Amino acid sequence: MTDTTAQTGNGRPKGYRSTRYEGLLPFAILAIAGVALPLFDDSYIGLIATRACIYWILVAGLNLVVGFAGQIAIGWVALLTLGAYTTSVLTAGAAMPALPPYLALLIAAVAGAAFGVIVGLPALRLRTFYFAMTTLGFATIVTQVALAWKSVTGGGIGVAGPVFPSPFEPGWGFYYLCFGLAAVATWMTANIAASRFGRSLVAIRDAEVAAEASGIAKPLLLVTVFMFSGALAGIAGGLFASLQTYITPDAFTFDLSILFFIAILIGGRGSIIGPLLGTIILTVLPEFAAPLVAWSTFLYAALLLAIVLAMPGGIADLLDFKNRRPLERHREVVPRPEMLAHLLRGEGSILSLANVVLSFGGVRAIDGLDLDVRPGEVHGLIGPNGSGKTTTLNVISGYYAPQSGSVRLGDAVLPPGAARARASHRIARTFQTPRVIGGASVLDNVKIGGTIDGHGGFIEAMLTLPRHRRDETALRERALLALSAVGLESLADVRADRLQHSELRFVEIARALMLSPSILLLDEPAAGLSAEEIRRLGALIKSISRAGTSVLLVEHHADLIFDICDRVTVLNLGKVLAAGTPDEIRSHREVVSAYLGA
Amino acid sequence: MLESIVSYGLAVGAVYALIGITYNVMFTASRVFSFTAGMLGMLGGVLGALFIDQMGLPVIVGLVATLACGAVIGVVTEIVTVRPVLKSLEQHLYVLSTLAFALLVQQFTAIEWGTEARPFPRLFKIGAGFLDQQFWLPLLACAVTVIGLELLYRRTLIGRAFLAISEDNYAARALGLPEQWLRIASFMLAGMIGTLAGFSGGELLLAFFGNQSILNFYGFVPVALGGMGSNRGALIGGLALGVFQQTANFLVGGVFAAVAVFAVFIVVLLLRPEGLAGALGARRV
Repeated sequence: MTDTTAQTGNGRPKGYRSTRYEGLLPFAILAIAGVALPLFDDSYIGLIATRACIYWILVAGLNLVVGFAGQIAIGWVALLTLGAYTTSVLTAGAAMPALPPYLALLIAAVAGAAFGVIVGLPALRLRTFYFAMTTLGFATIVTQVALAWKSVTGGGIGVAGPVFPSPFEPGWGFYYLCFGLAAVATWMTANIAASRFGRSLVAIRDAEVAAEASGIAKPLLLVTVFMFSGALAGIAGGLFASLQTYITPDAFTFDLSILFFIAILIGGRGSIIGPLLGTIILTVLPEFAAPLVAWSTFLYAALLLAIVLAMPGGIADLLDFKNRRPLERHREVVPRPEMLAHLLRGEGSILSLANVVLSFGGVRAIDGLDLDVRPGEVHGLIGPNGSGKTTTLNVISGYYAPQSGSVRLGDAVLPPGAARARASHRIARTFQTPRVIGGASVLDNVKIGGTIDGHGGFIEAMLTLPRHRRDETALRERALLALSAVGLESLADVRADRLQHSELRFVEIARALMLSPSILLLDEPAAGLSAEEIRRLGALIKSISRAGTSVLLVEHHADLIFDICDRVTVLNLGKVLAAGTPDEIRSHREVVSAYLGA
Repeated sequence: MLESIVSYGLAVGAVYALIGITYNVMFTASRVFSFTAGMLGMLGGVLGALFIDQMGLPVIVGLVATLACGAVIGVVTEIVTVRPVLKSLEQHLYVLSTLAFALLVQQFTAIEWGTEARPFPRLFKIGAGFLDQQFWLPLLACAVTVIGLELLYRRTLIGRAFLAISEDNYAARALGLPEQWLRIASFMLAGMIGTLAGFSGGELLLAFFGNQSILNFYGFVPVALGGMGSNRGALIGGLALGVFQQTANFLVGGVFAAVAVFAVFIVVLLLRPEGLAGALGARRV
């Protein structure tokens, strides 16, 4: 059934719709419970529920930073503090004329967004532990400033929180305000998570190199997410101050930061429902047992340790019934090259390297290399280990900047380095060890390859505006086409880490095809494949080139090279040893003695 | 005033330097940045006060008992938070596991010992004014540790083995070095150095559970700026940080001193993520 739908180009794998609504069920239950909660008419329950909603507004945003982008931001309480003080000080009117609370809340969101960028900026340069430390530092500094800046914040004495007027007056009215905002926050983050921005965040987390090759702009994306997350934290801070009625720096302990952070990890990275449940559990749990309150942070820490050591997937993993269904045992990847015509544009241009030199210290990895890859041909690049094959690919795809020489595509000179800009030149590649996102579905992995073809912006994705929906529809169609071209459409919904190694190689090719590449760089695609799979791979590669895409193939399987290549270049010690048709190479005396063996 | 800035600054700086060295000792053995460094410093103060003040043990017995506890906690850290995670693919998990373990110990301390800062006993009645023992004791501890580590690394076989695994883990294992035991030994050593830091600086910093996060951060600043793994960087950076902090405290007040240290830390790291003396790692494709 998938076969026929995929051929028409607009089908979806069987069961796609149903799994989609399956995922919505927990949200619906929580929404109904949240709306019906005032029926209890118990102000204590109301207080806890309001607190859970406020925490979730912050955690929802932080989830994109921690759970999706994988940045270890443990000091996020700093933003809650900032939002709380901004709202309180502006509504109190001690330092300046008092503002209405809603306007103050809005300003807190803006301040939170700005500060979120400042707190997050080091993530662009620093490694995980360093970044964790800087967020920790921010959390300490903000509290100290609040203590010291007495004229505005009231120092240790504190300041009164804002009171929202009717219909959101303290009590159930205020609860509904918080609940409504929490619902909106859930909706927006879920939209982002399901968009190309959400997938890009996960790609940055788990397959950064592949994200770069797909043209994902990490700095811009992270800054946007930090801004969004900071704005939500600012709003949460304003609501928190109102709930507390009076705030002092003591209210913003590091324990709160830990709660937010651990709620996400207990919930599971890359999930929305998991962290939502995590937040509710962590907020509610200590309330049920009074003796637990003193031990609550101890318990959070114990939970974190248990999660990290025993269940890194968190609650979301437990709820992921779909991926526990067994897969078919003896699967075969059968590519269908006839689908390529729908994917490739057939307008390749010539790739030429002229006199490229790249040395690492004293070693000349590439030593004056000239290479032309013509449209519509498969060009093999072979040579002994250390002859500079992968290094050549890395120069072309911009991971290395050569010391001299030029790389051109058609008339355009490709800037040295600048790996991320290669995707816009329609240069796609695969990697020696497949770089896929294990926790994402095969379909989502493939969609990563088409990221730069989206038109809608971050806000459009957040609100699911029409242009974004069109992007997503187009991306899904293309991804399904690419998957059926490489023969993996039946595995579209399966989590990628459940696939076999050989299947991952085809996933990478499908991802590369999403770009409609004019040049496709393949780095040992046949490694680890069976003889039959290699034969099918060869046919697929050949069809890709015949559809107009030039293919540069680095490979050790001599049979595959001589079978499908139109021309072959042999490298030795970073220099061209020989170049020509497969027949010429096969009988080239030096090549035979240096590499092929007699 | 100058004398008090220098003596107090150097003393606190020596504690920072020792915590920095604690980070380094764990890092060189396992490539793990561990949140437990500040925890060990905090425990040094609390355990010292517990053994000597509360239980009335002689000073030297109290010191030995504190260091022994540090060693045990070091070993537990390795077994519980480092070993299981090193095997897994996602190596940054150690950030979370060590953070969780450090928090567990801190919270336990807060509940059992209390959240108020308690005084640390006066150990020796030597020196007065700016030569008071609370000022020279951390410096002495720091000097002993640095010289001891240097002798260990340069002169003994086990010390060379430490260097070997930090230089090239795989090659060292191929040579037949017992990597796991060396790692345990390093964490044990780190446990002792960390608690020694808290013990020697006990009179200045008091026996207080909140010292953990302060020491975690200010112990990390010198190693991050000096380059991870460099004890020289930790020593110079730690002492400089202590004096800088005290100067700023006197001149512009505590909060701005904290903000200033933090600003310098962030700016330097953004300009040179590998630290002032470190080198960049290799490319990952």
